[in-house]
Amino acid sequence: MSASSGAAPQKMTIAKALNAGMRAAMEADSKVVLLGEDIGKLGGVFRITEGLQKDFGEDRVIDTPLAESGIMGTAVGLALRGYRPVVEIQFDGFVYPAFDQIISQVSKMHYRSQGHLKLPMVIRIPYGGGIGAVEHHSESNEAYFAHTAGLRVVTCSSAEDGYWMMQQAIASDDPVVFYEPKRRYHERGEVELGESAPHGLHDAVVRAEGSDVTLLAYGPMVKTAMIAAQSAEAEGTSIEVIDLRSLSPLDLPVILESVKKTGRAIVAHEAQTFLGMGAELAAMIQHESFYHLEAPVIRVGGYNIPYPPSRHEEVFLPDLDRVLDAVDRSLAY
Amino acid sequence: MSDDVVAPVATAAPATHEPPARDITDGGPDMVQFLDADGQPVALNEVNSPYAEYVDAIDDEQLRSLYRDLVLVRRVDAEGHALQRQGELGLWPSLLGQEAAQVGAGRAMRPQDYAFPGYREHGVAWCKGVDPINLLGMFRGVNHGGWDSNENNFHLYTIVIGNQMLHASGYAMGVQKDGMVGTGDPERDTAVMAFTGDGGTAQGDYNESLVFASVAHSPVVFFVQNNHWAISEPNDRQFTIPPYQRARGFGIPGVRVDGNDVLASLAVTQGALDRARSGGGPTLIEAFTYRMGAHTTSDDPTKYRIAAEVDIWKKKDPIDRLRKHLESKGLADQEWLEALDAEADELALRIRTACQQMPNPPHSEMFEKVYAEPHPLVEREREEFLAYQASFEEED
Ligand SMILES: Cc1ncc(C[n+]2csc(CCOP(=O)(O)OP(=O)(O)O)c2C)c(N)n1
Repeated sequence: MSASSGAAPQKMTIAKALNAGMRAAMEADSKVVLLGEDIGKLGGVFRITEGLQKDFGEDRVIDTPLAESGIMGTAVGLALRGYRPVVEIQFDGFVYPAFDQIISQVSKMHYRSQGHLKLPMVIRIPYGGGIGAVEHHSESNEAYFAHTAGLRVVTCSSAEDGYWMMQQAIASDDPVVFYEPKRRYHERGEVELGESAPHGLHDAVVRAEGSDVTLLAYGPMVKTAMIAAQSAEAEGTSIEVIDLRSLSPLDLPVILESVKKTGRAIVAHEAQTFLGMGAELAAMIQHESFYHLEAPVIRVGGYNIPYPPSRHEEVFLPDLDRVLDAVDRSLAY
Repeated sequence: MSDDVVAPVATAAPATHEPPARDITDGGPDMVQFLDADGQPVALNEVNSPYAEYVDAIDDEQLRSLYRDLVLVRRVDAEGHALQRQGELGLWPSLLGQEAAQVGAGRAMRPQDYAFPGYREHGVAWCKGVDPINLLGMFRGVNHGGWDSNENNFHLYTIVIGNQMLHASGYAMGVQKDGMVGTGDPERDTAVMAFTGDGGTAQGDYNESLVFASVAHSPVVFFVQNNHWAISEPNDRQFTIPPYQRARGFGIPGVRVDGNDVLASLAVTQGALDRARSGGGPTLIEAFTYRMGAHTTSDDPTKYRIAAEVDIWKKKDPIDRLRKHLESKGLADQEWLEALDAEADELALRIRTACQQMPNPPHSEMFEKVYAEPHPLVEREREEFLAYQASFEEED
């Protein structure tokens, strides 16, 4: 199957779109190699790499030993040798053994070599909660990486973005941490295979236009935000939903333009709010558009506790009610 | 896409690395064994004789109680699996096939010995006196473990592969510092056991734990259950030299034991624990065994492994093996076996009932125990959360 045939739009899940994106990148560039635990015959525990080993061989889709620091450090070496490794971390909570390599080496290589060395690699992390999993399988650790200069951090919320952003991330000469919203893997959407990417890797996109409040979301929360916008509309409130897509760099102009229009901003994410993405967004927005704001920027997020046992998920994860509650609070100013 | 990062390299590199033949069914000549697959005693040889004293010391009652352990542990596991299938648990990692390795190791431990498990060590938990019901909470999603580790010297399950190995080395250093090694007092001398799988041996933490224990000469026994699979990856993805041989490179002895032979597993672990308690330092035990089921209830092993492999291991079943041994010694008549089955049924029923009755914790509990001392942010969020929840009740 060739991804570059200019075919009509296809309906597919985010999972399949990510797979198709990797496939297209592997077809386009023989230096793209995949590394990870269980990514070969099993196709990964979420089946995102399904069929790729069968079609590209064990030399390009490499089942690694069960060692994340090993996977990451080896990928650094491969990238230094001219390959473009795409690494799968099995679950969000298992990236920490590789944290040292990512923070100490991956993020700084270009800088410390004064630009002589490039590390074109993608670190794929299925993230977030809502799947009833045990400990360490539901975390949103994007802030650690967004906090680290030298890394690009992105996340998709639709099949189309899954397909295109994966290819753009692989094509980037910088290391990209690519967060995949695991509870949305099976959401379907239209993907135009073969045409050029509709958005740049680091563009924020307005998913719903509105005039009363700007709602900033990314990854798994975009769907919640869209539902919030629809139900608010029924009650006469107009919400503008922005899908950030890129957490580092942030597409600030798009965000600020919207806030200027609405005068209100709410950030919704699953991660703990303390020192999370919402904290940065709130700081930037108030700094850049203080005089346009009608209300303080409100954050809706996970509580500042370890990700709880799954029986608490429904109230831990920001849901429609909590988002709408924040909208009400914002409008009350 | 820039291709000019470095000079282009050949992309279709020849595969020069021949993977080693997998020792899938035969543990090789170094493997300590006391019962063969038919439950018949294995003659003494160079490899097993150092442990013969431990096997000789097992009397008929102990033999029967080992069998009882195996049967009950398998039933606990089967019940966990069934409860998951019925939607009572979110997940269950089965120990099917590994009962003898775990019961052997668990029964070798004294009450003061401390165990650091992974997430599949239901049999060790059983031997350490942990109520199986405690194991269900985290798989049901009501807690992250919850039991008091210090009650039975059995630490919480650890899900991140390898993390617990270092905890064991550190705990063992503490035991050393406390002077609880080599006193000659069997009530006092203490050892620590660390459990992981063959996949775990690839982790940095695992390797670092061996270095630390070796250098500090700590009283810790590393128990690697080589069950041949790490989810979909066969063990030849984790090592080319088996763990028991690699131990030497860390400066500690390594022993391979037949993990489906409970007598061998018990004896070898007793030997290693005695050594550790007396100040002899760490040992690595590789229990050669097999994961008979799926990795967990979310896994589909038909995607990656052939049924023939499983069939070979069925014939090595640890429970059949010990039963045949008991029968040949006249220690297991029908009546006794049936009584044991009835006991297993009762246990299963108790687990099932307790699981079904396990209440969902009130959501406010999420905010408990995050810190040992009060934390203003958590407290404020708890208040906000409660007020927010209450606002729905007012609406109703
Ligand atoms: C650091 C880390 N990476 C990945 C995982 C996901 N995972 C859970 S179990 C497992 C395989 C473990 O295999 P092994 O160590 O052989 O133990 P077994 O499950 O066979 O008992 C993997 C990869 C994890 N729990 N922790």
